Order: sequence, then C-alpha cells, then structure tokens
Amino acid sequence: MLNRFIQMLVTLIGVSFMTFCLTYLAPGDPAAMLLESADTIVSEEVLEQTRHELGLDQPFLVQYGNWVGGLLHGDMGMSYSAKKPVLDKLSEGFVGTLLLAIVTVIFVLIISLPLGILSAVRQNEYPDYIVRFFSFVGVSMPSFWLGLILLYIFGLKLGWFPIATSKVTANSIILPAITLAIYQSTKYVRQVRTVILDELHQDYVIGARARGLSEQAILWKHVLPNAVLPLITLLGMSIGWLLGGVAVIEIVFSYPGIGNMAVRAIMMRDYPLIEGFVLWIAIAYMGINFLVDLSYNYLDPKLRKGARS
Amino acid sequence: MEFIRAHKLFSIYTALVILIVLIAIFAPYLAPQDPYDGNMRNVLQPPSSEHLLGTDKLGRDTFSRIICGTQVSLAMTICLVLLLAIVGTIVGVLSGYFGGKIEIVLMRLADMMLSFPGVVLAIAIAGILGGSIVNTILALLIVGWAKYARLVRSLVIKLRNNDFIIAAQVNGTKTINILTRHILPNILPMIVITGAMDIGTMIMEIAGLSFLGFGAQPPTPEWGLMLNEGRQYIQTSPWLMVYPGAAIFIVVAIFNLWGDSLRDVLDPRQ
Repeated sequence: MLNRFIQMLVTLIGVSFMTFCLTYLAPGDPAAMLLESADTIVSEEVLEQTRHELGLDQPFLVQYGNWVGGLLHGDMGMSYSAKKPVLDKLSEGFVGTLLLAIVTVIFVLIISLPLGILSAVRQNEYPDYIVRFFSFVGVSMPSFWLGLILLYIFGLKLGWFPIATSKVTANSIILPAITLAIYQSTKYVRQVRTVILDELHQDYVIGARARGLSEQAILWKHVLPNAVLPLITLLGMSIGWLLGGVAVIEIVFSYPGIGNMAVRAIMMRDYPLIEGFVLWIAIAYMGINFLVDLSYNYLDPKLRKGARS
Repeated sequence: MEFIRAHKLFSIYTALVILIVLIAIFAPYLAPQDPYDGNMRNVLQPPSSEHLLGTDKLGRDTFSRIICGTQVSLAMTICLVLLLAIVGTIVGVLSGYFGGKIEIVLMRLADMMLSFPGVVLAIAIAGILGGSIVNTILALLIVGWAKYARLVRSLVIKLRNNDFIIAAQVNGTKTINILTRHILPNILPMIVITGAMDIGTMIMEIAGLSFLGFGAQPPTPEWGLMLNEGRQYIQTSPWLMVYPGAAIFIVVAIFNLWGDSLRDVLDPRQ
C-alpha cells in the first residue's frame, strides 16, 4: 500500500515537472500574451513588471519550487486568461465532465453488457458475428467524426438536440454521452465477451451442467457474479479516461467540460491552467485506479483472506 | 502462390494496404486538381461531376485534398511507428539485457508514462510546442514509447538466459554482435506485429490532434484538419465533414484488419 502511494507520488512529480519544463521551453511570452489580449500596445517596462509579478523572471527551478509550494497550500496559481484562480476554473469544468462521465458510463453498461453476454453465449453464431462486426467497425471509426455525424443528423436535420451549448443541461449531455458510449462500447463489448467466455469454459460450469442446472441459472447465478471483478477493472479504466475530459468530443459539441477548457488554455498559452489541468488528470486517473484496487479487496473474498494471514 | 492460398484474408488485406500506399505515393498525379489551388468563384460547391466531393471554403477540390491527405497521413504515421519501434527497442534492449541502474531508471520512467492517459499529455505537448507535423509526431512519440520498451524488455529478459546466448557470451562474441545477430532477429517479429497493429490507432490519433488544431496547419491537406475546417460549415456544406472522416475510417479499418491478420500469420502462438 505504502509502495503504491510512493509510486503515485513519483508519477505526479514527474508528470508535473515535465509539463513545467514544456511550458518553460515553449515559444511565446505569456506576459505579452496576457497584456496583448487587452488590445493595447504594451511598453517594455510594463512587460517587465508583469513578468516580475508572475514570477517569470526567476530561474526555472525556483519557479517550479514556488509552484509546488503553492500546491501544498491548495493554491495552483492564477489563470492568465480568466484572471481567476486555477482551482476555480478546474472545478467549473469538472462539474460538466463528471456529469458527462456518469451518463456515458450508464450508456456504456446499457449497450455493452447485454451485447457482450449475448455474443459470448451464442459464440460463433449469427448474434456473435453481428456484434463482432459492429464492434470492429466502431473501433476503426474516429470518435470525433461519429460525433459530427450524430450532431448533423440529430441536431441539425431532426432538431432533437441543440447543436452548440455553453451550459450543462439534460439535453446537451445526451449526444456527447452517446458518442462516447458508442466509442467505448466497441472496445467494452469485446472485453465483456472475452471475460464471459473465459468463465464459461471453467470447470465449475461443466459441473453445474452435469448437475442438470439450466443454462439460464448457470449464466445468472454462477457465471455473471464471477465475471464482475474483471469487468469492474475495465470500467474503472474507462471512467479514469472519461474524467480526463475527452477534449475532442467536448470540442465537437462545444460542451463546457474540462477538456474543452484545456484546449482553450493551450491556445491562449495559459500555462498555470495547463499545469493544473495535467496534474488534475494525473490525480483523477490514478485515484480511480486506486479505488478499483480497493474495491477488489472488498469484493474478492480470496484477497480479503490473503490480507489477514 | 502457395502462401496466398494458405493465407487468403491476409493476402487480400495486404493488397488493399499496397493500394493505399500506392495512392499515397502517386497522390499528386492521381488528384484531378491541385489541392492547394483555390478558386473564389467556386466556393462551397456541392459534389458534382466537376468536383466529385464538392469544394471547400476556398474553392479547393475536396476529392483532390483527400487523395493528397493520404500522403500526409501515411507519411506521418509511418515515421511515428518507425520511431516508436526504434526508441522502444533501444530502451527495451538496454534495460532488458544490461539491467542494473539503467533498467530501474528507464522502467520507472516507462511506468510513469503508462500510468497516465497518453492522449491528454500528447495534446498538452503538441499544443504547447505549437501545432506542426513534427511536433505532433514528437508528442505521440513521447507518450507512446513506453509500451514498446516494456514489450521489448520482457522479450529480451526471456531470451537472455537461453543457451545459445550464453554460448555466444562464453565464446567471447562482442556484446554488440550478440545484440544485433542473436537478440534482435528473435524479437523483431513481435515488434513488427505490435507496430503494424498500432498503425490504425496512430492514424486516428494524428488526425485527432490535427482536428483540435495542434497538428498539421493550414493549408496542408490533412484529414483531421479538413474535418476541423469543415465543421464550421456543417449546416450548409455537410460533404466537407463526411468525406474526410470516411477516408480516415476506411484507411484505419483496412490497416486494423491487416494488422490483425499479420499477427495471425507471424505469431507462432496463434
């Protein structure tokens, strides 16, 4: 457990250091970007002063040290473009992304569990072929293209959903969530199928058949409960991925999430915001993986016993 | 002939891949019009006999731009996959064969990269460095090498204690010769398979970065960039977003099929 925490800490430091290096080496002067956006001509003195205020005139390691020091106090610096604390900007975007992630995961489960189970139970029959064909087609389809096409059909032609939103509403969440759910399901269906097939080939299934249990009872009472654990891992990974803010999809639907915010921050060269974003993703992703591992300990009796002895 | 009969599917997919590569190489001759040459009197024309897939906001022929986009996408992807394989092999062999401190440092670094969603970092790197073809490849290389390094390392560790390697060492073969003549030929098939299966994904990721504006820059005929430009005209000119996306889809699908069947042909475990 302690080992795990150290590994996570090392990753956090490494990733944040790398982003910091990048923003330091990047072309363009943030002080100039910050002032020029106000549409005025800036004198060298004002630039110098702004650089000093932002701490940009200090050596690289001092800047990084200051940033980490601020982090420990819960201060991630000020966003250049929004003139707001980075933490506020991140939490604004996070609400949208979290809602989108939750709705997407529900859709993913609705789509891929039944199809994956069907495909495994009827292995090498027509339902299996059809499911596998669509999952193959889906894997090769760029998600942003799928999003654009759904937007064209359901937003423009049928007018069921808004084509651009700046607020998170039930209506604006559905299309991006469906796009993401289809994209993720194409992978998830295959994984569900593999997991269920693995279980179906276990000895206990043969034993249950020999005892004369119906195929339905075997599937629902024996196979599915055993398949829960690997499925949770897979789902955990996809939640981590979704919380990262799926920038491309958020841009397609102009959805106000954290990925959309990050892309704009990059375009504006809003370095504190970018650094905060990358750090946030690292924390969210590893945090979810950690929770998945914890749920293993809780759900798997074998591990619980192992922990005690 | 024998081979084609034994691997029908693989042969079909290989033929399709060769077709795509030929289209990419001869794109400038195949394109009916100059992909850069706009005509302001011909702006946003729907598909017609003169412009097979319509024209864009500058009056450029979409069909010609998609054909030339094959060259851009394929060249970028092949560069990227080759670099990934080379960097991954060097890092993997160094840490797998020699071990010690090099291994600890390199593998810690690889673990760090793997415990983090790569696409996010790629967006940040490409965006901060500034959108360009070279920076896109660099960004995806930085986030992608770890997977190859891990794979190569595990293969090398398995090989290292085989009798034929030990025999070579006892005979006093130079280390560089052991690596190039004994280790490399044995791990090459797996690297090729992994690389081939990654081509489709990489085409998509490159297009994704360009779509966000962090990849190829205008006026380059790149599929992701074309989708981004076409997105603004979704209401009036849907052909601008349909066809470049379809091109990505078809090419990615063919490379995915080819990668899968190549694995079946090469991998003795299957």
